[in-house]
Amino acid sequence: MIAQRLFGADRRIAIAIFVLLAAAVIVPVLNLAVSPSSAFYIPSYMVALTGKYLCYALLALALDLVWGYCGILSLGHGAFFALGGYAMGMYLMRQIGSRGVYGNPILPDFMVFLNYKELPWFWYGFDHFWFAALMVLAVPGLLAFIFGWFAFRSRVTGVYLSIITQAMTYALLLAFFRNDMGFGGNNGLTDFKDILGYNVQADATRSALFAASAVTLALAVFVTAAIVRSKYGKLLMAVRDAESRTRFLGWRAENVKLFAFTVSAVMAGIAGALYVPQVGIINPGEFDPANSIEVVIWTAVGGRGTIVGPIIGALLVNAGKSWFTGVLPEFWLFALGGLFVAVTLLLPKGIVGMWDGWRGEGKASRAASLAEEAGADPVEPEPKIVRTAARTPGAWSATGPEPQPAE
Amino acid sequence: MSKSNTILYLDGVSVSFDGFRAINNLSLVLDKGEMRAIIGPNGAGKTTMMDIVTGKTRPDEGEVFFDGQVDLTRHDEAEIAMMGIGRKFQKPTVFESHSVEDNLMLALKGPRSIFPALFHRRAAAETRRIDDILGIIRLGEKRNELAANLSHGQKQWLEIGMLLAQDPKLLLVDEPVAGMTDAETEETARLLKDIARDHSVVVVEHDMHFVRELGVKVTCLHEGSVLSEGTLDFVSADERVVEVYLGR
Ligand SMILES: Nc1ncnc2c1ncn2[C@@H]1O[C@H](COP(=O)(O)OP(=O)(O)O)[C@@H](O)[C@H]1O
Ligand SMILES: [Mg+2]
Repeated sequence: MIAQRLFGADRRIAIAIFVLLAAAVIVPVLNLAVSPSSAFYIPSYMVALTGKYLCYALLALALDLVWGYCGILSLGHGAFFALGGYAMGMYLMRQIGSRGVYGNPILPDFMVFLNYKELPWFWYGFDHFWFAALMVLAVPGLLAFIFGWFAFRSRVTGVYLSIITQAMTYALLLAFFRNDMGFGGNNGLTDFKDILGYNVQADATRSALFAASAVTLALAVFVTAAIVRSKYGKLLMAVRDAESRTRFLGWRAENVKLFAFTVSAVMAGIAGALYVPQVGIINPGEFDPANSIEVVIWTAVGGRGTIVGPIIGALLVNAGKSWFTGVLPEFWLFALGGLFVAVTLLLPKGIVGMWDGWRGEGKASRAASLAEEAGADPVEPEPKIVRTAARTPGAWSATGPEPQPAE
Repeated sequence: MSKSNTILYLDGVSVSFDGFRAINNLSLVLDKGEMRAIIGPNGAGKTTMMDIVTGKTRPDEGEVFFDGQVDLTRHDEAEIAMMGIGRKFQKPTVFESHSVEDNLMLALKGPRSIFPALFHRRAAAETRRIDDILGIIRLGEKRNELAANLSHGQKQWLEIGMLLAQDPKLLLVDEPVAGMTDAETEETARLLKDIARDHSVVVVEHDMHFVRELGVKVTCLHEGSVLSEGTLDFVSADERVVEVYLGR
């Protein structure tokens, strides 16, 4: 049991953290300190692109905490990502100062254009990084808390919950499109100049943002793994598998869900905040319900409830998207839809889940052949090994992921 | 009628689902420390009665009191569980993706809020209690096994073990021997009698051999109200009971 944990899920998480931390050092070095003619040189656009992917991976990890471990299929996680992005975007807008097209030292260009006389009250404070950073955490976290407080208390579950999360992001999409909301309307926030006094376009800044994304993702992996392994994490999975059982044991299932949902939204907000300076723009399109659905696909492809799986899924699907939109842009949506159908039908546990399944079978047959060589009865140890390898604690039960109604 | 020495007191309780009266003017009193067997044909309302007591279903009318003074209709499932009412479901419900030991750990009496659970370190006393319960439910060998891999009967026992871990005053046990072998059934009767020594217990069961084994007062429900009450011999000699069980 302990050996299995050490060589199974725990080791995988340690490897993921190590790889991310190593990338945080190596990628910037290969971009900044290696000559562009060298075979090891990583071009700046690649740094920015992979940095963006890491933000998506963090978003997928956030979704995994609620979907994989608590069965809450949020179709609105893009909203938390976008809100974190807007908070960062507001900071970046105020750093432009008088360098904007209209040269107004206080008002961002779009406000001058829309005849704003003074800064709206909710833009106050965003000239300070610490304040913006606080809002990156607080705004998505508060929205998730309020939303979850009502939804979980009224025991909205399953597909109904998914639909209202989708409605939430759609409502925000419409709201942020409006010019009088004060967030730049259709065009969103862009033309950023500096972050913490450094030029956002500079190679060194891009490398630093990449490193920040990788380190944050590593930290998020660590925190998520710690949450999932705690007693609370076990409770989270218990709520996923048999919610009413937890209630009759005296647990408040709604609070269990609310905590995970809020933590997850904060993680998504951080992902959005790291994303915006790397892509240079945030606009209402980020609230598009389709974006949130894509996050679900990344997570499903990589394997929900595995922590590492959603990261792999986000990286692979987005790399595929970049490649596809370069070669056959019209077909990307078909490819994505086909991928989702294929994964749902053929790999219900995603890439990582399938890998675990293979390893389980391989281990079992190796154990059986070893036992045979030793002249022992190979039948005896086999079933046990198959079981423990194929069903690690906390994994989705093979009988079906939907929580059974308890009676 | 005085409630003072009762652990459970139901009077004139009714509940309808879409016009269908599942519980109809039901009155039932359980004394402190008593074990009661409840029998009755399928659809008699036995499970619904437990739903009412545990706060899952609100009665349309009637009184439901716990421990003589607590009005259960004013509380929800989690509160009622914390007051000391434990419940085993008709369909065994354990946390399949957790080990047997973790199932008990989640049930163990203690604080039920998020942050203590997040930073929980298992205390020696908790481990001892889990060991005790594993011994009582005879699953010591399976402590690290996933609950999903247990047999049907073992899941029933694990769920009873989770009730014990909760340390309730009153246990509601819905069809504990469904799907068990004869040997397991006998074992379960022994286990419940053991538990009944220091708990109040309500057992719903169809299996008459099992009910006889328990040797306690029997209440027969039919169409949502009490049809007959007394010793098993008395109840099974009651003509109306015979009619309900055999007359169709
Ligand atoms: N939530 C519900 N909605 C509608 N009908 C219900 C509900 N719960 C129970 N019933 C009905 O109430 C009756 C009593 O059911 P139940 O208490 O499960 O019977 P028992 O446990 O004695 O077999 C049945 O006819 C059942 O269909
Ligand atoms: Mg029943």
